[in-house]
Amino acid sequence: MKTITDKLIRPEIERRAFLKNCSKTLPSLLLLVASFDVQQLMAKENGVYDPTEHNYAMGINIKKCIGCARCADACKSENKVPRKPHFFRTWVERYVIPEEGEPIVDSPNGGIDGYPEISQKLHIQRTFFVPKLCNHCVKAPCVQVCPVGATFNTKDGVVLVDPKWCVGCRYCIQACPYGARYLHPETNVADKCTFCYHRITDGKLPVCVEVCPTQARIFGEKGQKSSPLRRFFRFNEIHTLKPGLNTKPKVYYAGLDGEVI
Amino acid sequence: MSKIPQQIIPIVIILMIVVGSFIAAKNIFVPSSFGEQGHFRTEAIQENMDLEQVYAGADACYDCHDDVAEIKSDSYHKGLSCEVCHGPASQHVEAPDEFIPDAPRGRGYCPLCHGYNPSRPSGFPQINPERHNPGKACMSCHDPHNPLLPHAPEECSACHQEIASVKIVSHHATLPCTQCHTIEKGHKTSPKFSKAHKPIDNSTCAYCHEKGSTIKKAAPKINVELHSDRYLCWDCHYPHYPEAF
Ligand code: HEC
Ligand code: HEC
Ligand code: HEC
Ligand code: HEC
Ligand code: HEC
Ligand code: HEC
Ligand code: HEC
Ligand code: HEC
Repeated sequence: MKTITDKLIRPEIERRAFLKNCSKTLPSLLLLVASFDVQQLMAKENGVYDPTEHNYAMGINIKKCIGCARCADACKSENKVPRKPHFFRTWVERYVIPEEGEPIVDSPNGGIDGYPEISQKLHIQRTFFVPKLCNHCVKAPCVQVCPVGATFNTKDGVVLVDPKWCVGCRYCIQACPYGARYLHPETNVADKCTFCYHRITDGKLPVCVEVCPTQARIFGEKGQKSSPLRRFFRFNEIHTLKPGLNTKPKVYYAGLDGEVI
Repeated sequence: MSKIPQQIIPIVIILMIVVGSFIAAKNIFVPSSFGEQGHFRTEAIQENMDLEQVYAGADACYDCHDDVAEIKSDSYHKGLSCEVCHGPASQHVEAPDEFIPDAPRGRGYCPLCHGYNPSRPSGFPQINPERHNPGKACMSCHDPHNPLLPHAPEECSACHQEIASVKIVSHHATLPCTQCHTIEKGHKTSPKFSKAHKPIDNSTCAYCHEKGSTIKKAAPKINVELHSDRYLCWDCHYPHYPEAF
């Protein structure tokens, strides 16, 4: 018994050293506590972001789109998408439906530099633009096929990619029925639209919505009364792309033509 | 205890090594936050949130450029974000003097939205950039922050709209009105008192169209004397739309 307490109660000299050490660590301890407080305070002030309070979605009104593709251009700047054709998080397709024959769909460089003139010989029945992007499906095929869990649905209704965890196997790119994903040529991982997750969680708009000159793109929340999407849903006939696949897309189109695929 | 068959022991050892190294490998290779909220790394959410914002958003400009913002706010361009024309400007908001955004002054820019394109919704204001006042900066007539149509007296077309709109689609589109008309000072403000003059003889046209003239290469050349000896050119050709008679 005695020997144990002897061992526990250290000799005088060590106690002094202990006190000395204490005096050294105390300030840093205090700092740690203080920084916790500051962090908590800041979080309170900014209103901590609670993903369960949100369910993001996008509306696109085809009848308002003028095909200027400023969305595609701004998206590339905001999200550092390579400035080369074939790499897009969002792009604008032109549909030309002739009197006879198959619809012609093109999107040269996403529409960013404009569109070539339509052949004079073609008798156009109708023609319009369709902006496209990741549909942030509730039942996303890309999430289902990812072998490593590098792409996932968040609680606020967005499909994200984890670039640090992605192995670049391209299964998701194959699986996406909307062609919304590409393999980033520099990082060699899958990349796609995130609804500008870094902006929306900070209370800003996705950049494509921000720059759209005719408000053809609407961003908001499903099931919230104050959302601009509510009016969009109320006053338009709403369709989604490829509803038959049961992917439950979260990009809603107004004025969608039956020819659009 | 004593009666474990001898063959089992190596198998158990191997099994333990395999299971052990699996657990070790899992601990090393699977990040700690994996699986907290689902089959993914929870940290990835925060990493996505922390990415840099390049576009500042419209509200960011109003503090300092309230004058421009006010002009724009009840113009045709009220729906346009500042940054759609001026480009991403987060850096400018943080250091206004170091990063100054570009202003798209070239004629190629506005037609990205306003160039005629049959796929655009009808009713959206469109022009043919090759025919709509060619050679001049759009800004010389339209204020980009308030693109109201220009003040009447600045252009001949303000009052001579019909002639201007015919000429603009003709082979004479690039010719300024003053190529053929001399204008008295003040015609634009008081046209009744300050006259504009019409050409008086064929020399006006011969200047470009006479055989051997080097003024405009694109102008088809004729032998003026043979082509029209007794008439004025505009007896047959409408000068503002010369391809028609
Ligand atoms: C903190 C104040 C501040 C904010 C916010 C700000 N600016 Fe500026 N901006 C300035 C100042 C100051 C200058 C003049 C810089 C100079 O000429 O040296 C300027 C210049 C400019 C110019 C260049 C004008 C020229 O003469 O070519 C543009 C364009 C511009 N700002 C656009 C924007 C846009 C778009 C935003 C919003 C994203 C914005 N600014 C936000 C302070 C601000
Ligand atoms: C339609 C495209 C467009 C939009 C939208 C636009 N600008 Fe401009 N802005 C221009 C152009 C073009 C110029 C150059 C004008 C010139 O040189 O005559 C310019 C010039 C400026 C200048 C410098 C000259 C001046 O008039 O003071 C500032 C500052 C500026 N813009 C700020 C803004 C801000 C702030 C907004 C948003 C409220 C905005 N701009 C929206 C096209 C645009
Ligand atoms: C990003 C697209 C965009 C760009 C770039 C743009 N505009 Fe516009 N412009 C619009 C929209 C949208 C309207 C409003 C149309 C409406 O009310 O239906 C408009 C309206 C106008 C009008 C009024 C036309 C009318 O009679 O209704 C003029 C003139 C105009 N713009 C000139 C310009 C000029 C000049 C530039 C270049 C400095 C320019 N725009 C750049 C989108 C754009
Ligand atoms: C010389 C002055 C001048 C220049 C330069 C000019 N415009 Fe105009 N613009 C006008 C006048 C005048 C009108 C109204 C009459 C008309 O419709 O032709 C007009 C009308 C417009 C309209 C409205 C057309 C409609 O149908 O409502 C647009 C859009 C427009 N201009 C864009 C531009 C663009 C883009 C440029 C540069 C490529 C440009 N303008 C250059 C004078 C000018
Ligand atoms: C403020 C409106 C206005 C503007 C701007 C204007 N005009 Fe006129 N112009 C008139 C009117 C009004 C008349 C008819 C005068 C008359 O009958 O006495 C006229 C007459 C003319 C005539 C015919 C003269 C004749 O003898 O029949 C010519 C040629 C002419 N203008 C050319 C021009 C040219 C070129 C410009 C641009 C440099 C221009 N105008 C700008 C209002 C205008
Ligand atoms: C290629 C030379 C040429 C150019 C360029 C030209 N005009 Fe004329 N214009 C004439 C001639 C020649 C006449 C006389 C026609 C006649 O008397 O039948 C005339 C007549 C007129 C008249 C009076 C008669 C009428 O037709 O109403 C007006 C007004 C006029 N021009 C305005 C303009 C304006 C405005 C422009 C620019 C938009 C312009 N012209 C450009 C050659 C030209
Ligand atoms: C400043 C030079 C210039 C003057 C002055 C001029 N023209 Fe022209 N004209 C041209 C040019 C350039 C073309 C061809 C444009 C093109 O084909 O794109 C042309 C084309 C024509 C054509 C051929 C149209 C066709 O069917 O291809 C006729 C006819 C004509 N001009 C008549 C006249 C008459 C009449 C006058 C005098 C009132 C006149 N021009 C004054 C430059 C001029
Ligand atoms: C008697 C009517 C008449 C008169 C006057 C007249 N033209 Fe023509 N001009 C024509 C006809 C008809 C043609 C088309 C026939 C052809 O292509 O040979 C024509 C063609 C032209 C062409 C196009 C030639 C080409 O190679 O495409 C030009 C340029 C032209 N005229 C300029 C003038 C000029 C300049 C004058 C005044 C000196 C003038 N014309 C006077 C009747 C006339």
